Amino acid sequence: MPKDGGIGASSKRREDVRFLTGAGNYTDDINIRGQAHVFFLRSDVAHGTLNNVDTSEAEGMPGVVRIFTGADFEAVGSIPCGWQVTDRHGDPMQEPRHPVLAHGKVRHVGEPIAAVVAETLGQARDAAEAIVVEIDELPAVIDMKEAVKDGAPKVHDDLTSNLCYDWGFVEENKDAVNKAFDDAAHVTTLELVNNRLVANPMEPRVAVGDYSRSDDQHTLYTTSQNPHVIRLLMGAFVLGIPEHKLRVVAPDVGGGFGTKIFHYQEEAFCTFAAKACNRPVKWTSSRSEAFISDAHGRDHVTKIELALDGDNNFTAIRTDTYANMGAYLSTFAPSVPTWLHGTLMAGNYKTPLIYVNVKAVFTNTVPVDAYRGAGRPEATYQLERLVDKAAHELGVDPMELRRQNFITEFPYATPVAVEYDTGDYNATLDKLIEISDKAGFEARRKESEAKGKLRGFGMNCYIEACGIAPSNLVGQLGARAGLYESATVRVNATGGLVVMTGSHSHGQGHETTFSQVVAEMIGIDESMVDIVHGDTAKVPMGMGTYGSRSIAVGGSAMVRATEKIIAKAKKIASHLLEASESDIELKDGAFSVAGTDKSVAWGDVTLAAYVPHNYPLEDIEPGLEETAFYDPSNFTYPSGAYACEVELDPDTGHVTIERFAAADDFGNVINPMIVTGQVHGGLAQGIGQALMENCAYDSDGQLLSASYMDYAMPRASDLPFYSVDHSCQTPCTHNPLGVKGCGEAGAIGSPPAVVNAVLDAMRSGGKDVGHIDMPVTPARVWAAMHGAEANAARVGAVGSNAKPQPE
Amino acid sequence: MAQVKMTVNGKAASGEVEGRTLLAHFLRDDLGLTGTHIGCDTSQCGACVVHVNGEAVKACSMLALEAEGAEVSTIEGQANADGSLNVIQQAFQDHHGLQCGFCTPGMVMSTAALLKDNPKPSEAEIRHYLDGNICRCTGYHNIVKAIMAASGQDTGQIAAE
Amino acid sequence: MYNFEVERPTSVSNAVAALGRDEAQPLSGGQTLIPTLKARLAAPSVLVSLTGIEDMKGVRMEGDKLCIGGATTHATVMREAEAHYPGLASLAARIGDPAVRNRGTIGGSLANNDPSACYPAGALGSGATIVTNNREIAADDYFMGMFETALEEDEIVTEVKFPVPDAARYEKFIQPASRFPLVAAFVARFSDGVRVAITGASENGVFRWTEAEEALNGNFGADAVKGLSVSADGMIGDLHGSSAYRAHLVGVMTQRAVASIA
Repeated sequence: MPKDGGIGASSKRREDVRFLTGAGNYTDDINIRGQAHVFFLRSDVAHGTLNNVDTSEAEGMPGVVRIFTGADFEAVGSIPCGWQVTDRHGDPMQEPRHPVLAHGKVRHVGEPIAAVVAETLGQARDAAEAIVVEIDELPAVIDMKEAVKDGAPKVHDDLTSNLCYDWGFVEENKDAVNKAFDDAAHVTTLELVNNRLVANPMEPRVAVGDYSRSDDQHTLYTTSQNPHVIRLLMGAFVLGIPEHKLRVVAPDVGGGFGTKIFHYQEEAFCTFAAKACNRPVKWTSSRSEAFISDAHGRDHVTKIELALDGDNNFTAIRTDTYANMGAYLSTFAPSVPTWLHGTLMAGNYKTPLIYVNVKAVFTNTVPVDAYRGAGRPEATYQLERLVDKAAHELGVDPMELRRQNFITEFPYATPVAVEYDTGDYNATLDKLIEISDKAGFEARRKESEAKGKLRGFGMNCYIEACGIAPSNLVGQLGARAGLYESATVRVNATGGLVVMTGSHSHGQGHETTFSQVVAEMIGIDESMVDIVHGDTAKVPMGMGTYGSRSIAVGGSAMVRATEKIIAKAKKIASHLLEASESDIELKDGAFSVAGTDKSVAWGDVTLAAYVPHNYPLEDIEPGLEETAFYDPSNFTYPSGAYACEVELDPDTGHVTIERFAAADDFGNVINPMIVTGQVHGGLAQGIGQALMENCAYDSDGQLLSASYMDYAMPRASDLPFYSVDHSCQTPCTHNPLGVKGCGEAGAIGSPPAVVNAVLDAMRSGGKDVGHIDMPVTPARVWAAMHGAEANAARVGAVGSNAKPQPE
Repeated sequence: MAQVKMTVNGKAASGEVEGRTLLAHFLRDDLGLTGTHIGCDTSQCGACVVHVNGEAVKACSMLALEAEGAEVSTIEGQANADGSLNVIQQAFQDHHGLQCGFCTPGMVMSTAALLKDNPKPSEAEIRHYLDGNICRCTGYHNIVKAIMAASGQDTGQIAAE
Repeated sequence: MYNFEVERPTSVSNAVAALGRDEAQPLSGGQTLIPTLKARLAAPSVLVSLTGIEDMKGVRMEGDKLCIGGATTHATVMREAEAHYPGLASLAARIGDPAVRNRGTIGGSLANNDPSACYPAGALGSGATIVTNNREIAADDYFMGMFETALEEDEIVTEVKFPVPDAARYEKFIQPASRFPLVAAFVARFSDGVRVAITGASENGVFRWTEAEEALNGNFGADAVKGLSVSADGMIGDLHGSSAYRAHLVGVMTQRAVASIA
């Protein structure tokens, strides 16, 4: 029976009422009396020497308050990077300075050069057009492999090259891995591109800076997944504002998917300018600006190889990846192709030897950083395409080849430094076979063929790592932040309570889920719990929401704080009930003495805590408020198996997703409705990457897909109803809720299934092309189906991310 | 600047606007109706969908002055008179048809327009009708399901929650 | 957007007078023009809104011609042309999305002549007559290339007159981002001949595929055009498809349109 409340219940979301009635409070809905608006004049060239920025005419334009250029920020810090990777020679990565406004050089289309603060946005933009910018254009560095050649133009003149780092993992295993390839019975090799994406949360970024002279207090309202991280990075490293003088508020956030983790120049600018102009300063990104200023995602070019013995056991994996950093290091960019990618290269398989090489490269493009999955989709895509290719080369069932090599005993220490605590990969694969109705596939294929269409079935497994931790380990790996989470539980006198969590929600429904957990622990109604997040003035220092960490890390902190509340409340109850504390039981919101009918209600205990007339003041303090900081001992490892069925129109190359099934193991589930919704959204993004989304530059560094006219966002008509199951549950062994996290799985697990299915459909049409790069657009499918002559001509797009459309 | 007058959610509304002021900005900035969102600048995402004289339009692709004398309704005017969610809104909550909520006002307004013309749309009709409404969170599954439910159709056969 | 004044005339003559002002530009449904203005790619000082001119709205039969006012929205054509010219109503029903169809107009689309727009194919494929405040222009003389038409300054499309074919079909293969046609074919079969118009494909905008027309005049069936192809020279090649792919789609879309009405 489904529960009607608490852990495991599909409680309806309390957030929804305000969102459904237009009463949400997003950052752009905040307007402060007296605010001015800023428009950023952005570079329209990818690379050039910035000789002069003449604002003299613009200064006199109507409504202009003040115009800022790079010179105004010389005494201000660089936008910091939050992770330092050490290369395979033991040296730190190359780390360029990242100015708030360009100074000396421009390094990507979209880099802000000047900022006009004016009474209205229209006036600011009018004045920006009167600024005269003199740029000597330099050759743009776009293709990663070209960028690291000797003599390539340098993105940063003060660095030795465009190579940020050359990372080897695990470097000590390299020779053994190479030997395993020498000894292999079969080697499968695959070269592929993980296409560059733009996260595209529907709410564009917004920043509103405010400053109070009377108490020297700065406030930044911003579209952020982690306001404390912004406060720390911006306050300590950029603007030099101590944290007690800086409040960062992220109210309702309209989607993030990673791109709202990072600290951006516009946030620092609005905070700085609010003081400099002595009035609130607001910036609202247009979608066009978002395409050239939000950090992009993915963009890897990889060669991967699999060694197998004569019995088709995997013996080694070797990968060689070029990872695009863009022009500057975004907040967590260096960690994505390394610690979030290399550590996942074992996947679900007991491959004993793995070596991962990653070369991170600077180019004249928008910075690249974490996007839903961050490193793990790249790892999964490589591995699951590779295993599928190996199966076809060997003439064995792709599912059975996987099953044969599954890890089946836990805990399992991989050769890439992580230890999986639990999992049951056969269980999710069996569930997948059931919910995908694989048995009915051949009949459906015949129906498609009768219509002149090809049909393909593709599947893959995935392993994911959520809640990156523990802090002392990630510190050794280069993180410049802790990765714990915080929670304060404040119980009111009449029994209601407020949880202040360092996690934040940008659509995940934390207000509902977190309330369910606390309500269940105490045995009270969910409506008695309120969740507060997204405000550094209210919430203890927390790390925010990314990497599917909120329930596993933030939820655990909340459990720990609630446990402290319950422990203290039991002491109070034992006093009120004149019984030994060890005999007190909490059930359904009442404390009772074991073996008796004596009990006291939750509300009587909370009242006693604040009106301590009858209270053990000699033993405990009044009040009922507790804080916990939780630092996990390990990642969590959700896993699963996904299957996709496509129909392909051989005349046009058009592919439709006919069925998609996802069998996930998320450990324990708090709210099945919300978890299912998270999977749905991830699937749409993964299918979008596989079929249509492509962020492409031309050889001059101009973004070709710079609006929704050219960047294909999946629509309802591009997608089917999904079949999603998370009944296979191996609870996490090291956090109190036994939860693993579900936010990214769909985006991680779906692209290989789609591409495997398309290749299967093409094979059924007599065309075995071995591999096709994402996005699998109709033009690419058609070209692949029609062979070499179709690949003769090229359009302007170049670079790793923008394979020329085959003709 | 020019004077503009219209009826918004049944109430008279007026203001001084520039020629270039979009209806979406007039609603948000002059009338404080911030439920109408702006998610793109190429008339594609649909976060700004409102009804003008009973028809769904994109408020970011229409000048405020073009709505002179019109009857405009926005997400703020959709709930029942007692403040409770209307049938469409309730279906979106019941079926988890929203996550971050940013596209939601446009989705609700488009759904209202769809169901007015087509009280029992098929799944395919719903999906095609939403070509002008982009959601990045839900993968659309639960939006389509909510719309089917709001139109009184059985959603029991649709997979998962 | 740069700022501008807005005029809302209620008659064609007042609109034409307003368009005589310096840097004046007509504004119809605005579904292309307003995004263009947002990107500051145009800087009119006066926008003359045509949507308040009742004489320019509506769908009616005049003799054997279907007449559609220049300021008639796609949604209105979708509904009201269905009984008279279902092939054209079906084209209108697939332009953009529902909210765009409630604002966008036939006159605006034809005046803009986007090389990937739907209506130019419908007008050229039907052999329509474009009526302006000054004259009538045959579709064959109207489309002059990408974003180029025979319209003079201060000339507005007040009405479009469509001969109604025995059957017509618009086959559209969408570009997945913009949802405009990547390539679309409009095939109309009249008692005295077949017309085939292609949009989305050519760098010169909408064009008649005369070779296909000739083949279909002899034998109206998908087989008649199966062996035909257009040259990739002059076809659009971009992120979404090469010129050769577009040339290929011209054939596929034409065949499908023919097959559905043969």
